[in-house]
Amino acid sequence: MYQILEKEELAPKIKKFAIEAPQIAAKAEPGHFLIVRVDEFAERIPLTIADYDREQGSVTIIVQEVGFSSQQICELEAGDSFLDVVGPLGKPIETAGYERVICIAGGLGSAPLYPKVKSLAKEGVELITILGAQTEELLILEEDLAELSHKLYITTDDGSKGKEGFVTDQLDEILAEDDQFDLVIAIGPMIMMKFVAEVTKEYGIDTMVSLNSLMVDGTGMCGGCRVTVGGETKFSCVDGPAFDGHLVDFDEQLQRSKIYQDKEDKVKDHEFWGDGCRAKEEN
Amino acid sequence: MQKKKTKMPLQDPKQRANNFAEVALGYDKEDAINEAKRCLQCSNPACKDGCPVRVDIPEFIDLIAEGDFAAAAKKVKEKNSLPAVCGRVCPQEEQCEAECIVGNKNEPVAIGRLERFVADYIREQEEVEEVEQEKEQVAVVGAGPAGLTAAADLAKLGYQVTLFEAFHKAGGVLTYGIPEFRLPKEIVQDEVEKIEQLGVEIKYNQVIGQIKSLDELFAEGYQAVFVSTGAGLPRFLGIEGENLNGVYSANEFLTRVNLMKAYQFPKYKTPVYTGKKVAVVGAGNVAMDAARTALRLGAEESVIVYRRSREEMPARAEEIEHAQAEGVKFNLLNNPTKILGDDDGFVSGMECIKMELGEPDDSGRRRPIPIEGSEWILDVDQVIMAIGQSPNPILINDTPEIETTDWGTIKVDQETGMTTKEGVFAGGDIVTGAATVIQAMGAGKKVAQAIDDYIQKQNN
Ligand SMILES: Cc1cc2nc3c(=O)[nH]c(=O)nc-3n(C[C@H](O)[C@H](O)[C@H](O)COP(=O)(O)OP(=O)(O)OC[C@H]3O[C@@H](n4cnc5c(N)ncnc54)[C@H](O)[C@@H]3O)c2cc1C
Ligand SMILES: Cc1cc2nc3c(=O)[nH]c(=O)nc-3n(C[C@H](O)[C@H](O)[C@H](O)COP(=O)(O)OP(=O)(O)OC[C@H]3O[C@@H](n4cnc5c(N)ncnc54)[C@H](O)[C@@H]3O)c2cc1C
Ligand code: SF4
Ligand code: SF4
Ligand code: FES
Repeated sequence: MYQILEKEELAPKIKKFAIEAPQIAAKAEPGHFLIVRVDEFAERIPLTIADYDREQGSVTIIVQEVGFSSQQICELEAGDSFLDVVGPLGKPIETAGYERVICIAGGLGSAPLYPKVKSLAKEGVELITILGAQTEELLILEEDLAELSHKLYITTDDGSKGKEGFVTDQLDEILAEDDQFDLVIAIGPMIMMKFVAEVTKEYGIDTMVSLNSLMVDGTGMCGGCRVTVGGETKFSCVDGPAFDGHLVDFDEQLQRSKIYQDKEDKVKDHEFWGDGCRAKEEN
Repeated sequence: MQKKKTKMPLQDPKQRANNFAEVALGYDKEDAINEAKRCLQCSNPACKDGCPVRVDIPEFIDLIAEGDFAAAAKKVKEKNSLPAVCGRVCPQEEQCEAECIVGNKNEPVAIGRLERFVADYIREQEEVEEVEQEKEQVAVVGAGPAGLTAAADLAKLGYQVTLFEAFHKAGGVLTYGIPEFRLPKEIVQDEVEKIEQLGVEIKYNQVIGQIKSLDELFAEGYQAVFVSTGAGLPRFLGIEGENLNGVYSANEFLTRVNLMKAYQFPKYKTPVYTGKKVAVVGAGNVAMDAARTALRLGAEESVIVYRRSREEMPARAEEIEHAQAEGVKFNLLNNPTKILGDDDGFVSGMECIKMELGEPDDSGRRRPIPIEGSEWILDVDQVIMAIGQSPNPILINDTPEIETTDWGTIKVDQETGMTTKEGVFAGGDIVTGAATVIQAMGAGKKVAQAIDDYIQKQNN
């Protein structure tokens, strides 16, 4: 049904897949996401459309193994199929009308960031990109982003590549010298987006973040993905996932992402010891 | 004459509060014939007026009394394509049975139970008659009861019908909302398969408005579109603490449990948060379903919090009785004012204010008024909001030509069900706001006819 055409390992525990989905490819825009289900027992997992090829009729997703479901996805190989893929979901983001933009990706955030960078580059925007990760081997899409950006900065937490420190350190440094930018786009861990938004607020630069709230349907019927933006409740799946970073209540989002933490362990235990045990190394 | 309805065998309340198996077990042949004999076979049957799709009630009941169950089922199906569903979830006490003449002195004839019996009786044996689909293409958006009914009727009329559904399963609320213990999913899937056998093609994972616009459907060759996308947008109260962990909309809670089968976690991988003390805000069918589901997931206490009194509770009487028998508690004349959280952002309590009833409001129900200074704290660790749903705006926002009302429902021509966009029809909850299964089906039936008329007219 939704066959995997290609699979590539980008970094340890980060895999890229091209999936056959001509209808979704035809409609996909930067900012859109999709929801996949591997099999009858699986969760519905939201993933950003990292790229699309309308001619080939395929969409690309980049998945990081963080828990059971993402691991299950990463075990699929070229030739395997997803049971369900629904999309494109969410609102696309507007990339026209900007002149100078800073794009910031933390960890896997470069995957959702990539289609936006690509689209901004096409509009002829002057682009600075900051790419951060814990360590060198977790940096992904470095070359692709470098090609599209006027300048690419790299930071790693451990200094194994680029500047040692966080993306916000690099951002501070850039803005201290030149703050004439009309937009900052930041995508990555919630905590990173929170701090980026704090920095850009000081400089008064519009900031767009993309939230990865927990979701079920992705069509606005459950409210599980709700987020407070400027004091109002919004649904990430239909009102977002991109929002004004200066208005998002990040602390609430951080808390909400932890609701099923204890259940995670149960899924793991079940898979390790339960019926149909899938022997796997601990991560 | 037997004064009361023939008893429905039920699963013991203590036992059933711990499982997801169906609560009402259904009549056997003797029960059914016995109950059928209570019908007076009125020549001018009032019961029929109470049924939104005007099932031929005395006729099918007479066939049951004669023991010809297959013919009885066929009779029902002439008007109602989902009798196994309606027999279980129709609010009969407000519809067919409310009008039954026997009900004037005694309990009315158990029309719903009889309908369920015949539907179950023939479920496995029935053969679907295939109709050749040689007429125009029609698209139906949303596979709830309205969409399924319209699709079936249009296929029977010979149209090539494609049904587009956002989820990976058909059935709408029947699949994601109403729990297994009230409506087994196997029955819904069975009905869906029969509709497919009629020649209807169901395309899953298709959110119309995102993957395709209505204009694109027309461009692909569809001559008419029926929009039956339901009222799926959950409402919240807008009080402090509503985004704490452990606060769900009933939609999310029930979807996780029913569609994603979280009650079989971890075999099924979708988790559901389960508190020890659960408050469900609201008192409709949705609230009862959520409160009863919470008990089955292991809650020690499940309590309905409702701002009016028992009399105004909108849920079906039978559902309220079942809930109570299973141990659901009722905290009436109370309204939540704030949800309290602990340091980790999980629910730790809910502040409520006591209410009293004043004069009747627009809906004819007495208006609840807060009693000043009467706030108190209910000890709960999970809150489920079941205070209603609004129409889902995805498709409407993508199609500005379709006019909506102030409530977000789609405006339609009362006669034909056509929207303000030519060739686009609508029906079910997306037009009426949250209503009932049979009303949605009734709309599907009516619009199927109107679409046939519309296309025939275009052709001439
Ligand atoms: C709009 C959207 C776009 C996304 N795009 C991508 C993408 O392109 N690539 C990708 O790898 N992931 C993406 N995600 C996140 C992805 O959906 C989650 O990583 C995945 O659902 C986790 O499932 P799991 O069972 O493997 O992890 P779990 O076992 O559920 O969780 C493992 C850990 O990850 C955390 N976690 C769980 N879900 C999320 C989440 N939604 N966001 C952040 N942390 C989470 C949990 O708190 C837990 O600590 C996106 C999410 C959204 C909502
Ligand atoms: C928990 C609960 C319990 C209930 N109990 C009862 C009861 O006991 N008795 C009773 O009579 N009624 C009951 N109701 C009400 C009844 O279920 C609804 O009135 C009825 O289902 C409405 O039918 P519908 O076809 O209009 O919409 P729905 O059943 O809501 O179906 C709409 C379908 O459209 C799909 N959809 C939405 N948007 C799109 C899109 N853009 N593209 C494609 N597909 C889309 C949805 O996924 C869904 O499958 C209950 C409702 C709930 C929520
Ligand atoms: S469809 Fe519903 S209202 Fe009509 S006869 Fe059957 S149970 Fe009664
Ligand atoms: S009104 Fe009651 S008694 Fe009369 S035909 Fe209908 S079901 Fe039978
Ligand atoms: S995921 Fe259900 S409303 Fe957003």
